[in-house]
Order: sequence, then structure tokens, then C-alpha cells
Amino acid sequence: MESNNNLIRLEDLKKIYKVGETQVNALSGVSYNIKEGDLVAIMGPSGSGKSTLMNIIGCLDRPTEGKYFLEGEEVSTLDKNKLARIRNKKIGFVFQTFNLLARTTALENTELPLLYSSTSKKEMMEMAYESLAIVGLKGRELHKTNQLSGGEQQRVAIARSLVNNPSLLLADEPTGNLDSKTGKEIMEIFKKLNSEKKITIILVTHDSEVAQITHRRIYLKDGQIIKEEQN
Amino acid sequence: MNILRTIRVALRALFRNKMRSLLTALGIIIGVGAVIATVSIGQGAKREVEKRFDAMGTNLLFVRPGSRSFRGRHGGGGTYVNLMPSDAKAILEKCDAVQYISPSVSTRAQVVYGNKNWNTSIYGVSDKYPDIRKWAVEDGIFFDENQVRAGQKVAVLGSEVNENLFEGADPIGQIIRIKKIPFSVIGVLEEKGESGGWFNRDDQIVIPYTTAQRRLLGIIHIQSIDISAVSMERTTEAVEQIEEVLRIQHKIAPGAEDDFNVSNMAEIAEGAAESRDVLIFLLGGIACVSLLVGGIGIMNIMLVSVTERIREIGIRMSVGAREKDILFQFLLEAIVLSVLGGVLGILLGVGASRLISIIAGWQTLVSNFSVVVAFFFSGIVGIVFGFFPAFKASKLDPIDALRYE
Repeated sequence: MESNNNLIRLEDLKKIYKVGETQVNALSGVSYNIKEGDLVAIMGPSGSGKSTLMNIIGCLDRPTEGKYFLEGEEVSTLDKNKLARIRNKKIGFVFQTFNLLARTTALENTELPLLYSSTSKKEMMEMAYESLAIVGLKGRELHKTNQLSGGEQQRVAIARSLVNNPSLLLADEPTGNLDSKTGKEIMEIFKKLNSEKKITIILVTHDSEVAQITHRRIYLKDGQIIKEEQN
Repeated sequence: MNILRTIRVALRALFRNKMRSLLTALGIIIGVGAVIATVSIGQGAKREVEKRFDAMGTNLLFVRPGSRSFRGRHGGGGTYVNLMPSDAKAILEKCDAVQYISPSVSTRAQVVYGNKNWNTSIYGVSDKYPDIRKWAVEDGIFFDENQVRAGQKVAVLGSEVNENLFEGADPIGQIIRIKKIPFSVIGVLEEKGESGGWFNRDDQIVIPYTTAQRRLLGIIHIQSIDISAVSMERTTEAVEQIEEVLRIQHKIAPGAEDDFNVSNMAEIAEGAAESRDVLIFLLGGIACVSLLVGGIGIMNIMLVSVTERIREIGIRMSVGAREKDILFQFLLEAIVLSVLGGVLGILLGVGASRLISIIAGWQTLVSNFSVVVAFFFSGIVGIVFGFFPAFKASKLDPIDALRYE
């Protein structure tokens, strides 16, 4: 077991994609630790391996080489089903394009992760209502997603990522599709979740202003960490 | 994810595309409807045939002289001249599974009454003929044992003969001439209607077989024996007993072939039912093909649906749906679609068979069995044709699925 309070420990992660005959090294040896309660931004130009790293941390993908420990458990060798369980219990995702189910209500969208865990219908409702209240959507639970603004949709997405009480929240360009004012509001929510609920948050962003609110910033280039900044 | 929740998710997805779901299910609806309707027509026809044979008597047996043809039904009569009235008497005395016997001879003859004449079948039978054939006399009386023994010239007319010769006038007590020999009419048989298309049973005259032997044919043998078993259950036993008695009567060495043939009405009825079954299977087969086509339609639409919802699948996977959760979701959608189609198809089939009954006047019979089979079959169609699209959906990579535009 881990002696310290590292939530995430990455050991020499490599990811190699084969495109026909050529090999693409999306990650070429990333080692890094993230402590519980941290708020981290991953930055870098496109093609630097940000998304690949996020996918691996988010248990959507497995590294070709290297080890990834989440809460002390090695998850880099788990099979698809076990990874799905971990995504369900420990990780929440927020995407640039919100990725909500169309023509369904905010409540139903928020309940979605609970559908895949053994939660009773009553608990599901309670947890989803609570989660929506946290992101400031009280009273709008039964609105359909197409009746909500972009900012509100992203709030639903955050509520959905929170509903299972995950230990890790991953946000991929969460403000990318929003205007700057709404973007700031969303970032405030992340900050609040981090400081009040002590949820570990990892953001991928291009926006240095957004990145300023984080504790640490990691710069990636050509699949390697080239720089780290701390506030 | 429990089953009920999955079904709810599936139903919601289907209702989101009502028109498409309906059109997809249409293949199954028509297929199941066709199966139910054709089977109901077949069952109805079968029931009708059974009813006719029942009316004739399922405990009915015939003894005919043997012949070279295997079944001896068509080429049989007259190939051998070896059935005697004494054989009939022996059967009645020695076989306890036998209830009534009627030695029988037949011929065709011109029948004359006044200035009218009619060519018809003449049957020489015993007084037990109405009992064996379950055929009542509508008007007048049937001849009795004494009249048979004495060979009296009395005749009982079939209803059609009565109509043609007497045209509504009272025939009882009138004298008709059969081959110029006068017979007095003592009764008219009730109308039976067409029988299986072989002959019109109402177009015949029955007279004592003794009279027919002596006056019309000039023979001492008989051509066949009509026999009724004590009950339907004992017909097989009766056949065995009759065969045993006749082998002794005809002094047939052990191992040698019978020179007579005993046939069983139940068997003939089964034969008729079998030929109906072939027809039902043929129609049912065609209907099954349309179910198959319906299934392919479901597979097609489910594949489209999976492609359309790749992103949804990605979202579900990212929040923790496992492969089997996705597989079940899409499989259940296909099953719900085809089972709903099946239920609507059953209603359509029942409605269609009712309509056929009313319009064509055929008897139809929707059996519970065919409804249950159709229901489960549509479910199986859903599973079989829904599996491939669902499997494809479950094997999607969550990252690619999330990025899919």
C-alpha cells in the first residue's frame, strides 16, 4: 500500500498507437503523482498527449507500458469490466461538449451513473436532486437538456460527474464551448467542489486564465512532462 | 443495471422514434399475423373434417375382400369373392369388441317411379345400418331383422333420391322399380350432406342385403361388412378380433397373407387430417419466411440505431456501463420491439381469421397453442436478430464513441 496520500501515481507511462506501419508515441514516459484534494491543470499544444493522459487517468484506456495506481490499486492491468466499475465508483467526467443524453431531463442525465450501480430508485432521485442543487440547478431538474443554456448543460454534466461521490473528477476543456463569463462561473463551481468537498480535480485546458485558479499546472509536449508550475 | 430499468430505458428509446419503431415492428406484425391466421384456417378445416368423421362414427370398421393393392380401398372390392354372410355372423358371435354388423353389397341401377327415373347407388345392408352409420330415418321406418331375413322388397331412400323421384310428394308406401323389380318405399333417410368429396351419401337407396343378393345381383357372397366397435377405444382390439375370426373362417395357414382387409374409420380420418397438416405446414412455412424477413428488418434498424447512438453509448460507458449493460440495453430494445410486434401481430391474426370466417364462411380456430408459439417465436426473433447489433454496440471503444460526430 501507499505510505503517503497520493491519489494518483503514474510510473513511466507509455502509450503507443500503431497507425498502419508507423508507430505514434502519444505518451513516452510520464511519471507523476497527484495528491488527494489537489487541483491540477494539464496544459500543452494539441498532439502533446494531453487527451491520451486524461483517458488513461480516467480509466477509459490502458497504457501500453508503465504503471498507474489509483488510490494505491494498480489499474493499468485491469480488464474492461473492472475499469468500468472504477469509472462508475471513483471517477467523474466533464467534457467540452457536455455529452448529455438528448431529449432527456437534467434529472435523468444526472441519474445515469447510478443506473449502473446498485442504487434504489428512491436513492437515485435523492442523490441526483442533491447533486443538481450543488451546481445551482435547483428548480430546473425536470427541464430537458435542449431547454437549457450551454452553461446550464455543463452544470448538469458536473452534477452527473458528482452524483456517485467520486474521488477524482476529470474535466476536458470544460469551458471550451462557453463564453468567458459562463466559463468563469463553471470554474467557480470546480473551485468550490475542490475546496469544500476536497474532491481531486484534473483539468485539461488551453486557457491560461482558467489554469490560474489551479494549484499546479503541468505542461506536456511530445508525450512528456516538460514543465511544472505551482501557485 | 436491473432488468426492469433496462426495459424502461429500452421503451423510452423506442418511443422516442415512434414511427420508425412501428414500421420496424410491421414486419413482425404481418409475419405473426399471417402465421396465426393460416394456422387458424388450417385448424378450423381440420376440426371440420374431424367433425364429419365423428358424425360418420369413429368406431366404424370395414371388412373388404383382400386385393393386390396394399390398402385395398380402391381396387379392393371384388378382387376376391370370398366374404360370406356366415363370416359376418361369425364376427358378430365371436368378437366381443364388436357391437353391430351389417353385411353389405352394392350396385348401381336405374330406378323408376311413374314417369320419372334416376340412376343411383343401391346398397344392400342389414337392419343395423342406421346404428352403425349413426344415420336416422327421417320419415317412415327402416327395415327390421325379419324383413332382412325374408329378403323383402322394401327400400329406404336417400333424401336426394326422394327429391328427384317424388319431388315433395309423400313417398311412403309408393312402389318404385329397381331394375324393373318393384320395391315398396318404407322410409327416407335424413339428409347428411356431402361427405369428404368422395360421393353424395344422400344419393342412394338402401335395401335389405339379402334382397339385393337374390333379386338384383344374383350372388350368394357379400362385398363388404360394415362393423361398429363397442367404443372408439376398442376399435383396434375389434380389428384384431375380426382378423383372427376371419383367418379361421377362411382357413388361412399361419404366416400366410390375409385374403381380406379390415380398415378403420379412425385411420382414414387420420389420413385425411394428415393431408391437411401438410397444407398447414406449407402455409405456416411461408408465414415463417415473412417472420424471418421481419427479423432482418429489426436487425437493420437496430444497426442504424446503434450507429446513430454511438455517442450515447460512449457517454454510458464513460459513467460506468459495462459491455454487458450495453449489450442488454440494445438486445432488450430489439426484444421489446419484436414482442410488441408479436402481440400486435397476434391481434391482427385473430382479427383476420374472424374476418375470414365472416367473409368466406370457413370455420377458423385460433388455438392457444399457436398464440403462445407465435409470442415466443417473436421473442426469439428479437433475440436472434437483435444480438448482432447489440454485440456491435457493446464492443465499441468508449474513447472513439465519445468522440464520434
